[in-house]
Amino acid sequence: MIQESVAAARIVDARGSVCPGPLMALIGAVREQGVGDVIAVYSTDTGSRKDIPLWVQKAGHELVGTYDRGGYTEFVVRKKR
Amino acid sequence: MEDKPKKLAMVVFSGTVDRLFPVGILASGAVAMGMDVEIFLTFWGLQAFAKRSQGMPPKFSVDYADMAPMFAQVLKEKNVPSPIETLRTAKQLGNVKVYACTMTMDLLGQTKEDFIDLVDDTAGVGEFMDRAKDAQTTLFI
Repeated sequence: MIQESVAAARIVDARGSVCPGPLMALIGAVREQGVGDVIAVYSTDTGSRKDIPLWVQKAGHELVGTYDRGGYTEFVVRKKR
Repeated sequence: MEDKPKKLAMVVFSGTVDRLFPVGILASGAVAMGMDVEIFLTFWGLQAFAKRSQGMPPKFSVDYADMAPMFAQVLKEKNVPSPIETLRTAKQLGNVKVYACTMTMDLLGQTKEDFIDLVDDTAGVGEFMDRAKDAQTTLFI
C-alpha cells in the first residue's frame, strides 16, 4: 500500500455519510481552509469516487491522491485558490 | 472573466419524502458544480416547509406504501439527513433561493411566518418564471 506522504491540515471523516454528504463536507472544509492547505476526506459513499475528483477539477483544486483504505476511500485535496 | 453561473430551477409540488429527497440532493449537486438554484415551493411541497410540519414522521407516497416501513427503517439506521437538512447544507455552500407560492398561501391563509427560515421569500408564478427563464435545467417535482 502506498503511504500518504502529504500532511493534511484537516481531516474530514465522512464515513457512513450518504451521497452527497462527503462531497458537501469536503466543499465546506475546503472553503474554510487556506490556499495551499491539504484536506483529506474519508468516504464510504460509492458516488464520491466519481463526484469528488470531478468537483476538485471543476473547482480548480488539486487531487493529490485517491487511496483505497480497505472499507473506505481517502481523497487528498490541495486547495489551490 | 468568469461566465454567469448556470442555473437549476425546480418547481416542488410534492410533499412526500420520496420526492423531497431528490430536491435536496439535486440542489446539492448543482451547488457543487457551481450552479445557482431557484426553488419554487407550491402546494404539498410548500407544506413540507411549514413550521408545523417539522419533526413529523416522514410521509411517503402511497405508490410506495408497501416499501415505506423498510425505507423509513433504512433512513433511520443509516442516519440519512432529511431532505430539509440536505437543502440547508446546499444553501450554506451555494446560491440557493427558495420561494413560497403566494397562491397556495392565499388559499390556505398562510403567511411567510408560517414557514421555516429556509424559505427566503414569497413569489407569484410570474416572478418565479422570470427568475427561472434562463435556467439550463428546470424540473417539476
